[in-house]
Amino acid sequence: MLSVFILAPFAGSLIAIFFPSDQRGATAWFAGAIALLCFLIAAGLYPFVTSGGVLRYELAWIPELGLNFTLRMDGFAWLFTVLVTAIGVLVVLYARYYMAAEDPVPRFFALFLAFMGSMLGVVLSGNLILLAVFWELTSIVSFLLIGYWHHNAHARDGARMALTMTGMGGLCMLVGLLIMGRIVGSYDLDVVLASGDTIREHPLYLATLVLILLGALTKSAQFPFHFWLPHAMAAPTPVSAYLHSATMVKAGVFLLVRFWPVMAGTEAWFWIVGLAGLTTLLLGAYFAIFQQDLKGLLAYSTISHLGLITVLLSLGSPLAAVAAVFHIVNHATFKASLFMAAGIIDHETGTRDMRKLGGLIRYMPGTAMLAMVASAAMAGVPLLNGFISKEMFFAEAIETHQANLLDTITPYVATLAGMFAVTYSLRFIHSVFFGKIPSDLPKIPHEPPRWMRAPIEFLVLACLVVGIIPAITIGPFLHTAVVSILGASTPQYNLSVWHGWNLPLIMSFVALLGGIGLYFLMRNYLATSTEGPPVFRLLHGQRIFERVLVTLSWKWARWLEQRLGTRRLQPQMRFLVFVAIMAGALPLLLNHFELPPLLVRGIDPAFALLWAIGIACAVGAAYQAKFHRLAALVLLGGAGLVTCITFVWLSAPDLAVTQLLVEIVTTVLILLGLRWLPKRIEDTQESELLSLRVRLRRLRDFVLALVAGGGVALIAYTVMTRPMPETIASYFLERAYKEGGGTNVVNVILVDFRGFDTLGEIAVLAIVALTVFALLLRFRPQADSLEAPEQQKVQNAFDDDHPDRAKGDSVAEYLFVPSVIMRWMFPVSGMLAAYFFLRGHDLPGGGFAAGIAMSIGFILQYMSGGTRWVEERLRIHPLRWMSIGIIVAAATGIGSWLFGYPFLTSHAQYITLPIVGKIPLASAIFFDLGVFSLVVGATVLILIALAHQSIRAPRAHARALRAAKEAK
Amino acid sequence: MEIILSAAIGVLTASGVYLLLRPRTYQVIIGLSLLSYAVNLFIFSMGRLRVNAPPILEPGGVGDLSRYTDPVPQALVLTAIVIGFAMTALFLVVLLASRGFTGTDHVDGREQRSD
Repeated sequence: MLSVFILAPFAGSLIAIFFPSDQRGATAWFAGAIALLCFLIAAGLYPFVTSGGVLRYELAWIPELGLNFTLRMDGFAWLFTVLVTAIGVLVVLYARYYMAAEDPVPRFFALFLAFMGSMLGVVLSGNLILLAVFWELTSIVSFLLIGYWHHNAHARDGARMALTMTGMGGLCMLVGLLIMGRIVGSYDLDVVLASGDTIREHPLYLATLVLILLGALTKSAQFPFHFWLPHAMAAPTPVSAYLHSATMVKAGVFLLVRFWPVMAGTEAWFWIVGLAGLTTLLLGAYFAIFQQDLKGLLAYSTISHLGLITVLLSLGSPLAAVAAVFHIVNHATFKASLFMAAGIIDHETGTRDMRKLGGLIRYMPGTAMLAMVASAAMAGVPLLNGFISKEMFFAEAIETHQANLLDTITPYVATLAGMFAVTYSLRFIHSVFFGKIPSDLPKIPHEPPRWMRAPIEFLVLACLVVGIIPAITIGPFLHTAVVSILGASTPQYNLSVWHGWNLPLIMSFVALLGGIGLYFLMRNYLATSTEGPPVFRLLHGQRIFERVLVTLSWKWARWLEQRLGTRRLQPQMRFLVFVAIMAGALPLLLNHFELPPLLVRGIDPAFALLWAIGIACAVGAAYQAKFHRLAALVLLGGAGLVTCITFVWLSAPDLAVTQLLVEIVTTVLILLGLRWLPKRIEDTQESELLSLRVRLRRLRDFVLALVAGGGVALIAYTVMTRPMPETIASYFLERAYKEGGGTNVVNVILVDFRGFDTLGEIAVLAIVALTVFALLLRFRPQADSLEAPEQQKVQNAFDDDHPDRAKGDSVAEYLFVPSVIMRWMFPVSGMLAAYFFLRGHDLPGGGFAAGIAMSIGFILQYMSGGTRWVEERLRIHPLRWMSIGIIVAAATGIGSWLFGYPFLTSHAQYITLPIVGKIPLASAIFFDLGVFSLVVGATVLILIALAHQSIRAPRAHARALRAAKEAK
Repeated sequence: MEIILSAAIGVLTASGVYLLLRPRTYQVIIGLSLLSYAVNLFIFSMGRLRVNAPPILEPGGVGDLSRYTDPVPQALVLTAIVIGFAMTALFLVVLLASRGFTGTDHVDGREQRSD
């Protein structure tokens, strides 16, 4: 049943996002129905949580890590659940009228529901890590809600600041919770709550406490983390009403109450929590007086009231905890209604600036009445709910809990803050509803729609009823909540309005009268003053925050980058090679690596000769790559061929075939690229005058290369001369035919056993081909590469000299006989590809080899006939080949689902074709067909795109030249 | 046999690494190709060297390691060859584009001190 509280809001959020944006009413009804559903279920669950009962719901998630999806509802969680859902319903109703028609309302309600879900998750989590997850979710969703009007810079900044602060706090809290779980030995909340003594006596208690408090205090906007909250007022007012009354900031105090039984009562707790709370209480109230923005006033008042709750929790006495819980509920009621009232005023007049407002009681008497009652509750006027919890606070403030300075000054600070609260509450009412009517209001105000005011009416009624007859309205529920926290140590307390003439009552009167006096003294100053309290207004939390951010993320980062980073590639590569060598060498050295005996016997002289050539090619390629690119390419091809022969020699025919074909394509590819590189002519003089530094650098690279090569050779030799351990090879050898239906084990591995890897691989190939294609679309060669190549110039000059020849004849006739042969070979190369493909499953070959063979066939045509000649006759659509390939391969995989097998399960069988004979026809052959088609497409796409540059670039160049000439 | 192949792998690696550290893009692409030969041979050699034992079974037969060489490194290398080709193609085009945009074939996109 508890899972509904999580599932319903999140599922609702997903659905709400798909509502059409003009359906304001329907979306609101939907969101409201979800919130109401949650509320009703919560109400129905009440009998299960009375007298200390706990509801649990558990779903194994990652039990090995102690992380389970555990939901847990005790009396306190129940109270919060009801608060969150009930105010949620009211806020939805209010938002239905508040949001303008042009706002993207589905997004609003979707986020709203997601927020409600995360908040309920925080409240109901029965596992510490789960709690942290939901905690982060509230931070993220509130970020999105505060930034709802993201076209507004204030909203974006406010949202970012809220996320940074609460996110940082959340991170600290996560660490704290992890330590706590480690101390207790379980992340389960029940276990944690039962081991308070273990936690308090553990040496890591202080660290845990500080970290968890960082989370709770940032979230509940306690000093010195309070400054994000006023900036969060850029959110739509329903969001503010929700975030700053029943949720978000209350999550912070919720956490304090939750861990109160296991963490409170120590001196560290008293000092940290108490100091933060008391400072916040006083400063918040003081700042609130000087706000000109209605919502700003309410925001600071929220900060102050949360400070009050925090102080109560810091005292460590059970009676204070009761008062804290009570004040959480009371504050939620009156603050939500006040935010809604502020929203109505903003909505109806077009401004929230108290300097501009006045006399509104004549236009909206109903709203005025409601706001007056609510703010009286905020000020702590008798017969309202705020009064009772404030009385309890005063009573607790007088009590001595710990004999120190902080405890001594608490009652004075409390009275002073109470005075300020009266002042700002009075200011809220007096400056808005009384005084002379301003003439320059953006809109002529009137009463809001009936149902927009209904939520406020309901909340204000609650303030009144709780304020007059607390014991029979809120009493039982509060008792249930308190018992679930305090258990056996639940104190005797008396929820009544009249306690007789005592010190708290006198403090209340002092605050009330002092506050009224203060307001009338400051009234004229406030009517014209700028935003923010004197002196403090210069000390902007926001500015400090931004400066810290800039220093951290810009200045220090820059400094580090300048010291440690480089934009030059070579040092980076050098470092990389060095790290690679170290990574290879260290484990060997640490494990006392012994050199293997050198075995010189059994050497085939032919093989030795082969690699003598191969080594010469490799070294030659390295030597020539700078000044003689073509020579280097030829030598590279030589090394490749030797590699290829090695594969044949050492029982790897598949590799040999593929290597040979890829070698051809790579060579063609690089040849196509050569003409776009700058000319580099070796200057013999210069090479003799090379500076010492350059020589040293080369020497260093040479040594690095030698070490790398020597190391790899050593490791290779060591492994090769050792006997083979037990590997997975036998698995494939035994099952290749039996289960894969093919005798070529390598091919069976690729298309069957590891088919999914191959699917990924061809996807990579496709992506590379598309990237190459896209990069070449925007290719702009340098001017010096644009001239016709030297050879073509000579040929054209020859044509010009002979009157019977047209220009271009020689180019076309060049290598005429080979080109005719190549043309005739096209069908043969197609045959070859088909042959490779069909035999692939049983003999060397397969989709890769066939695909590359096919694309070589295409390329030969381009080389023999030229790009224009081919494209007049043969249109290849590489993109189609590629897409068919990937679709066929994926469809083969999906096909096995139809027969109830896992993805890419293969079925094998032989069929007999006329002429061709018996061929293996496993379903894997279709997969291989996909591979084939994709390889053809990708290879041809890359090669053609590069080949086209020779036509396209000079054409573009000529166009540009013509345009320049015309411009003159 | 083993000594020759490991020496070959060593030389290919050394030439590849040396070119990898050079300043011209073309040197780097040749170096990468040499290095990929070395890596392919290295992986392949992990299955030990066998002559005349390709992993091609008799039809209907069940293979074992005494008669056939290890097919797993071969399958890995087959994949590596194709991916290596894709990498070379991509790198070639990137170096051409870089040369087109910046006018130089230096790996940093601008000329440094002569090297």
